[in-house]
Amino acid sequence: MRRSGWFWLSIGALYFIIPLAATAEFSFKDGYSYSFAAYREIFDDPQFRDTFFLSLKLAIATIIVALLLFIPTVYWVHLRLPRLRPAVQFISALPFVVPPIVLIVGILYVYNYQWVPGKYLGSPYYLVPGYVVLAFPFMFFALDNAFRAIDVHTLTEASQSLGAGWTRTLWRVILPNISTGAIAAAFLTFALVMGEFTMASLALFNTFPTYINYIGQTKANPAAALTIISFGITWLALLGILLVGRRPGRAAVQVGGAR
Amino acid sequence: MPLVWLGVAPFFAWALAFLLVPAGALLIGAFRTQDGQFTSEFVREIFKGTSLEAYKKSIEISLITALLGGALGFLIAYAALAPGAPRIVRPALMTFSGVAANFGGVPLAFAFISTLGTVGLATRALDQLGINLYDHGFTLFGFWGLVVTYLYFQIPLMILVISPAIDGLKGEWREAASNLGATSTQYWRHVGLPVLLPSILGSMVLLFGGSFAAYATAYSLTSGHIALVPLQIGELINGNILSDPHQAYALAFGMVIVIAVAMSIYFVLDRRASRWRRHVQ
Amino acid sequence: MPYLELQQLHKEFGDFIAIEELDLALEGGEFLSLLGPSGCGKTTALRIVAGFERPTSGRIVVEGKDLTHVPPNHRDMGMVFQAYSLFPNMNAQDNVEFGLRVRRKPPSDRKRKVAELIELVGLSEAAKRYPHQLSGGMQQRVALARALAIEPRVLLLDEPLSALDALVRVQLREEIRRLQTQLGITTLYVTHDQEEALSISDRVAVLTQGRIEQIGTPADIYNEPTTPFVAEFIGTMNRLEATVTDDGEVDFHGTRLRVENARGHQSGERVLVLVRPETLAVQESANGGGGLGGNVVAHIFLGATTRVKIDAAGQELSADIPSTRAATLPVGARVSATFPAESARVLALEEKPGSPATAPADR
Repeated sequence: MRRSGWFWLSIGALYFIIPLAATAEFSFKDGYSYSFAAYREIFDDPQFRDTFFLSLKLAIATIIVALLLFIPTVYWVHLRLPRLRPAVQFISALPFVVPPIVLIVGILYVYNYQWVPGKYLGSPYYLVPGYVVLAFPFMFFALDNAFRAIDVHTLTEASQSLGAGWTRTLWRVILPNISTGAIAAAFLTFALVMGEFTMASLALFNTFPTYINYIGQTKANPAAALTIISFGITWLALLGILLVGRRPGRAAVQVGGAR
Repeated sequence: MPLVWLGVAPFFAWALAFLLVPAGALLIGAFRTQDGQFTSEFVREIFKGTSLEAYKKSIEISLITALLGGALGFLIAYAALAPGAPRIVRPALMTFSGVAANFGGVPLAFAFISTLGTVGLATRALDQLGINLYDHGFTLFGFWGLVVTYLYFQIPLMILVISPAIDGLKGEWREAASNLGATSTQYWRHVGLPVLLPSILGSMVLLFGGSFAAYATAYSLTSGHIALVPLQIGELINGNILSDPHQAYALAFGMVIVIAVAMSIYFVLDRRASRWRRHVQ
Repeated sequence: MPYLELQQLHKEFGDFIAIEELDLALEGGEFLSLLGPSGCGKTTALRIVAGFERPTSGRIVVEGKDLTHVPPNHRDMGMVFQAYSLFPNMNAQDNVEFGLRVRRKPPSDRKRKVAELIELVGLSEAAKRYPHQLSGGMQQRVALARALAIEPRVLLLDEPLSALDALVRVQLREEIRRLQTQLGITTLYVTHDQEEALSISDRVAVLTQGRIEQIGTPADIYNEPTTPFVAEFIGTMNRLEATVTDDGEVDFHGTRLRVENARGHQSGERVLVLVRPETLAVQESANGGGGLGGNVVAHIFLGATTRVKIDAAGQELSADIPSTRAATLPVGARVSATFPAESARVLALEEKPGSPATAPADR
């Protein structure tokens, strides 16, 4: 490889590794020496546990709803309604034009005390509908690709000719064959929700990312520890995709994050 | 037949309820007052004063990070994908880019504070070498600090998006050019870059849109010290500024327009790029 | 002095020996084909000549000059690739002009030359079209024009027709040959299609596993294969393992056959007798009557001729006879197949008779 190639790769490597190294160093600092003190402080903090598990629950809820919405939709589009595909694709891409900051403002505007009962307004699950929308692009991209890779018509017809009904066909024939795409989409959504700050913060809920922000305002070393933990979560999610995926290195394009 | 529509209805219903209606209401809300009257005062406001500043700054930072991120992302991606590169580089780069593209907001801000903040690792290291960043007027919490931070997700995003296009550069083109007498530079000038340009520009536009909409990173890093559109919207909603929330809606309206224009440009460029990927044989 | 020489080429990729030993000399204006199955090293050899690969050892010499270490863009050779080589961002005309632009020829000269070549390959009407608007055959014509525009010393073609439809292939190969003869350019052509190689080349070099098995004119290769591999690879061939008996005779499973070329082989020697299907004459015969006796097991209708498959003493024979005649010899009929004594080739039987990577095409 040319020298210029190595140059750019080295620059890239440095730029991306140094901040992580710096954060890691910070997270282990304890006065003038190093220890796990910052991490212990975090893990002992009940707020850490509360917000972490809340975000986890929100992520799971989002994933379930999103998959329930998308799998049948993409299936039907591929099987019977190919003309709807452009519409579904367009809608799935809309969250780029209506980013989280705009979406949450809109949701808060519409879904206020006039339409929504108080108990839902106060529950963090208020965020789930918006999170599902944020997941649209990942869901569509991963599932659409998965469905394109299999011959939907033949599989469905074969299953039906052998006597299976719709539910069984979906559950036993279709799902196993698109599982890779579905799992990839799930992991991406997981990383998305675990890192989502904008909507939670403006809707005044205490999720994991808002907790990180709060700590960041007050304590430096624990904040560094949390950053490492957060990075680790994203890493695990991506590793999950790779392990499940049969074509490593070509996982669905990831266009997300808490930006 | 009805069963089929039942299958897709939930999706459309959800999109309607939680995407289209909120977005639509917002866009209409930009033109209404609290009492429900229609007015253009809020929209006109965004062209004045701090709002205009915010748009300018947002566009500025988005342009710069799109161009820089695009160029650097392209160079790094090409280095990894070019024929001579060792085989492990590509999957390693793609994996890392996937993670980094998703790494944003508060943790990212903090990572950079740890690096380039007043007592950050790099700041201290440079200080030891005699270069004091902050004395020279640099601050992580200002415009350029934000640029450096944004690049952390802009570059990987560019890498992910431009890689398929780079893959599409057929080796035969390079060899044919060489066979006909061209040097490497001539190949790039006459064939390589012209073919890649729509993809590169399109990807940069995508980066622009992403940067324009970014909230969390800027919020964490600057706490509102820089005027950016998303931050202004946030402040108006949180009630930090005594102002009509409809002003926020107007700002959001402007934001959607800017991003929609960017997306349309992307769409056109993408069509052009895919035209050359079609082969008739 | 030969115009283009490949001297003692040897190429390894790690453990894999792509080219074991290649020695080749082309005269000026000659059209030589490198023919062989996939993996035989023909494309590697071509790419070494072009400069895209470096030989592990050996030299490439053109007009007495050693070009082995000259980079590809300074070798002054024109190459036509198998596919996808046209620059997509330029139309046909601009593609053809590219080499001339790189050489900084004056615009008027360039335009003239381009127009000339576009006309030569018959694409005047499509000159402004872009590659994705051209059919496969047209794209390859443009590629040819582009390679010829620079007036190269040597023309290199890497399976240029493999990706095209059968009909286009036949048309285009004849055009390539016509142009080559007209312009008198020394040409090295790589293909795995033996019909292609035989129909347009001055000489053919049959390669397998990185070595040349035989070089000769198409007629030589077809009529007088010197190794079992070549015999198998070129055309269809009946292979009879027999034992030499007396002067000019062999014994095949109890049947005595007259084979002139068996002279010179020792009595008792096991040999391979090679008989072309078109030299076999078939008639009804209850008892084998002096030739190879057996039953007709299948007819393969090929149009004017029919390939009749005969089971003779466990060996399947192919005989190409006129279809009208074949109609009188239905499946199941007992027949006798004979061939002229001089028409069969005899090769020594090797431990492992060379079998080509691809079975001979049963056309």
